[in-house]
Amino acid sequence: MDYLRYLRIDKLPHIWCEGCGNGIVLKSLLRVIDELKLDPDKTVIVSGIGCSSRTPGYMDFNTLHTTHGRAIAYATGIKLAKPELEVIVITGDGDATAIGGNHFIHAARRNINITVLIYNNYIYGMTGGQVSPTTPLFKYTTTTPYGNPEQPFDISKLAKAAGASFVARTTVYHFQKMDTYIKKAILKKGFSVVEIITPCPTAFGRKNKEDRGIDMLKKQREIAVPIEKAKSLSSDELKDKIIIGIFQDIEKEEYTDLYKRIREEIKNNNKVRL
Amino acid sequence: MPSKTMMIHGNTACAEAAIMAGCRFFAGYPITPSSEIAEYLAYKLPLLDGIFIQMEDEIASICAVIGASIAGLKAMTATSGPGFSLMQENIGFACIAEIPCVIVDVQRGGPSTGLPTLPSQQDVMQSRWGTHGEHPIIVLTPSSASETFHLTIKAFNLSEKFRVPVILLTDEITAHLTEKVTIPDKDQIKIINRKKPAVPPEKYIPYQIDDTYIPAMANFGDGYRYHITGLVRDEQGFPTNDPEIIEKQLIRLNQKLEKYRNEIIEYDTQFTEDFEKLVICYGSPYRAAKNAVTRARDKGIKVGLIKLKTLWPFPGEEIKPYTAKAKKIIIPEMNLGQVAYLIKSEVCDDDKIIKINKINGEPITPEEIYKTLIWSD
Ligand SMILES: Cc1ncc(C[n+]2csc(CCOP(=O)(O)OP(=O)(O)O)c2C)c(N)n1
Ligand code: SF4
Repeated sequence: MDYLRYLRIDKLPHIWCEGCGNGIVLKSLLRVIDELKLDPDKTVIVSGIGCSSRTPGYMDFNTLHTTHGRAIAYATGIKLAKPELEVIVITGDGDATAIGGNHFIHAARRNINITVLIYNNYIYGMTGGQVSPTTPLFKYTTTTPYGNPEQPFDISKLAKAAGASFVARTTVYHFQKMDTYIKKAILKKGFSVVEIITPCPTAFGRKNKEDRGIDMLKKQREIAVPIEKAKSLSSDELKDKIIIGIFQDIEKEEYTDLYKRIREEIKNNNKVRL
Repeated sequence: MPSKTMMIHGNTACAEAAIMAGCRFFAGYPITPSSEIAEYLAYKLPLLDGIFIQMEDEIASICAVIGASIAGLKAMTATSGPGFSLMQENIGFACIAEIPCVIVDVQRGGPSTGLPTLPSQQDVMQSRWGTHGEHPIIVLTPSSASETFHLTIKAFNLSEKFRVPVILLTDEITAHLTEKVTIPDKDQIKIINRKKPAVPPEKYIPYQIDDTYIPAMANFGDGYRYHITGLVRDEQGFPTNDPEIIEKQLIRLNQKLEKYRNEIIEYDTQFTEDFEKLVICYGSPYRAAKNAVTRARDKGIKVGLIKLKTLWPFPGEEIKPYTAKAKKIIIPEMNLGQVAYLIKSEVCDDDKIIKINKINGEPITPEEIYKTLIWSD
């Protein structure tokens, strides 16, 4: 397919480091957009702040690069104002689950029809490699020089528990699965999350002796376990593994629909006095 | 429908005016003394095909408001000091990205959780300088329910016309006193909507500098695909580090309102045909000032009165001719002298100014101002 059709070619080359996974996700998203024939004029890409959040700048759509952690809150305003728009949020693990954690769980609870792609590289890339809520225990970062003492979030479990209709996790190595999940997420009416494990050789890798993107990808291949298989494995066997697959896929009334329905009901039934 | 007169308080007047100005999106988080605005709009907006949402916090509220505005709706939030502080970073986003929106701050005493149910005017500086960086902003401040109505409409109009967030700075007294408000007929109200691009999408330059200084705004979904960012950007809306472009864009941004001072700045003068002393006030202390000035004039003391309704851009130049004539300037405020400070630094000599300040949660009384008018010589 012709990726360039959807890119702002004059904004290239991009700012990402060699070996970064962000470009792999961008290509996957564009393949899905092409396959679903989404109208670029009716598609909005919203991001927060971070390396991953620079993605919308390269995409020839309605693009909005907001403040750190707030992409989902901005997206909520857009989606409510014009529910006919396809709204896709691109955010990092720090952006979505540290500073933006509150917006993330509440958007999932409301079940508003937004697709959120979380690029989880276990680290703050843009600010130079500080600890994130998803950094695994004991890993080194610039702010955990003795190893990370904090228990990490499992983003997919968090999204599921908060009420998202669709939740899946993949790695950038498993790009075909990534295409499938992003596609399902966009098609799903409701709050959808795709957690994408992606390498950041520069900030995470360097500190943890994995400084080549290609090696980090190979490792993803080795440690990924499909969710079906994981069910038969013990917690010991699952230690240091990444479970990939669909964690949640349910039907549940979507927020903007529900809002519209209530609006129509009150008008038809004259339930309230004007 | 002809105009109608109602007994309502300032918060209801604000919500009614927002609807008449065309506001169809409200996102907010409850906080005293602003909550009635949200409650009223939660009830009304769905009946008008509008949207009300109570977000998870004030940060989310302002973000949703900006998002809705980008998608084309006139949007507003309402809060009080603590919530207003939380909104600041994203108000800055609306400033640099030039997204119209209205933020109502019903002031209560501070700092921090402060005095939730008591009036104050301590957010004058926060309303101007609460965000980081330099940018223009408009702040309007009413002293009664009627004025709240009028200035809320004006807030939306200015916001849409100049693509700038507008702060309506009210206070607990103005918000909660029930008064007579005449709601005009729709046809009597002038409504301004944002300028849309007059060119086809391929020709659209989102932050083009022309002699109006106000670029046309395309709404997302209308066929104009473009980029909006909080980073300093070029004409096309993309981040830049080019010092020349940065300077051009930021200078335009910071000067755009200066060109339109006449449309923005509003103040009233009373008893200014002949005066030796001058009271300058704004917000709810105006009520006490009016009473005190009237009584002092009955006693033969020559006092004039200026009521500011626009705080930012600060109307220093506009009031200078009056302050130049005055021998004494009395400034009652429910803070420690935030507007007095501005008048001192921008308008006139220190020794003329007499401040009346109160931060104990009680309103300034007519008696307090009257006494000052009598003894100040
Ligand atoms: C309010 C605020 N706090 C902090 C920052 C600095 N900051 C920029 S990006 C970032 C973290 C980004 O990490 P992540 O979301 O994981 O994205 P990545 O860069 O790894 O893709 C931080 C803390 C900011 N821009 N704004
Ligand atoms: S710092 Fe990490 S996340 Fe950022 S571009 Fe470089 S590799 Fe990618």
